[in-house]
Amino acid sequence: MEYEVRDEDNASIVTLRGDIDLESSPQSRKILLECIDKGQAVLVDMSGVTYIDSSGIASLVEALQKSRQNKCYFGLVTVSEGALRVINLARLDKVFAIHDTLEGGLKEAASS
Amino acid sequence: MKHTTPDHKNGLLLSYKFRSRPDQLKCVRAKVTEAVTSCGCIDNIIQDFVIAVDEACQNIIRHAYQGQPDGEIILEICKENDDIVVLLRDFAHRVDPNLIKPRDLDDVKPGGLGTYFIREVMDEVTFMPPPQNVGNLLKMRKRIT
Repeated sequence: MEYEVRDEDNASIVTLRGDIDLESSPQSRKILLECIDKGQAVLVDMSGVTYIDSSGIASLVEALQKSRQNKCYFGLVTVSEGALRVINLARLDKVFAIHDTLEGGLKEAASS
Repeated sequence: MKHTTPDHKNGLLLSYKFRSRPDQLKCVRAKVTEAVTSCGCIDNIIQDFVIAVDEACQNIIRHAYQGQPDGEIILEICKENDDIVVLLRDFAHRVDPNLIKPRDLDDVKPGGLGTYFIREVMDEVTFMPPPQNVGNLLKMRKRIT
């Protein structure tokens, strides 16, 4: 898995690429929780995620729960088809805020 | 790690032996993809097998071998008429199949999704009696036509 973090419009944008699996999900969990600790909105760009398993989904759920505790926005943007299928399988498509575009995610984060 | 040449005459598509380490799973997923693709399956069916095998291997690594990295896992994939059958064997302590149950998805929390995924994407999931009563043997079956 590769990742990149940048700040834009008072939000942390975390871009995850490659496979998020049992080997890499501890790293994705750490990155997401560190971004949430900054106290601003977090948007996860998942367009380059080629595979995500239950441990990767768990890292996203944990990040969502911590963002709710910290009262900051957490959303997924441009989710790849394969990752979206797994999110749907877990019936989390209505639990996560999912945006088709980064601009849409930033707009929603700003108004929340 | 041993990789036996698939024998299509007997329906065997893959026989692969590997260690109980998370860094093995990417290679396992690639081998499952190759084996199932050879049967002409559509993308969603291929992905279902990848998810099921990956999650079952995770359960073996995390719960059966409890993170011990040198445990042996044997994966076999066979074509049986209109079905593909997956066998996963480990040599860890015996797991009580009655304790392996999918959790309630309405309770949103991290973890515990793997068993649910497996049962959702496969038609049949059965714990078989392992040879010599050693370890665990998981059998998963799905119709591909």
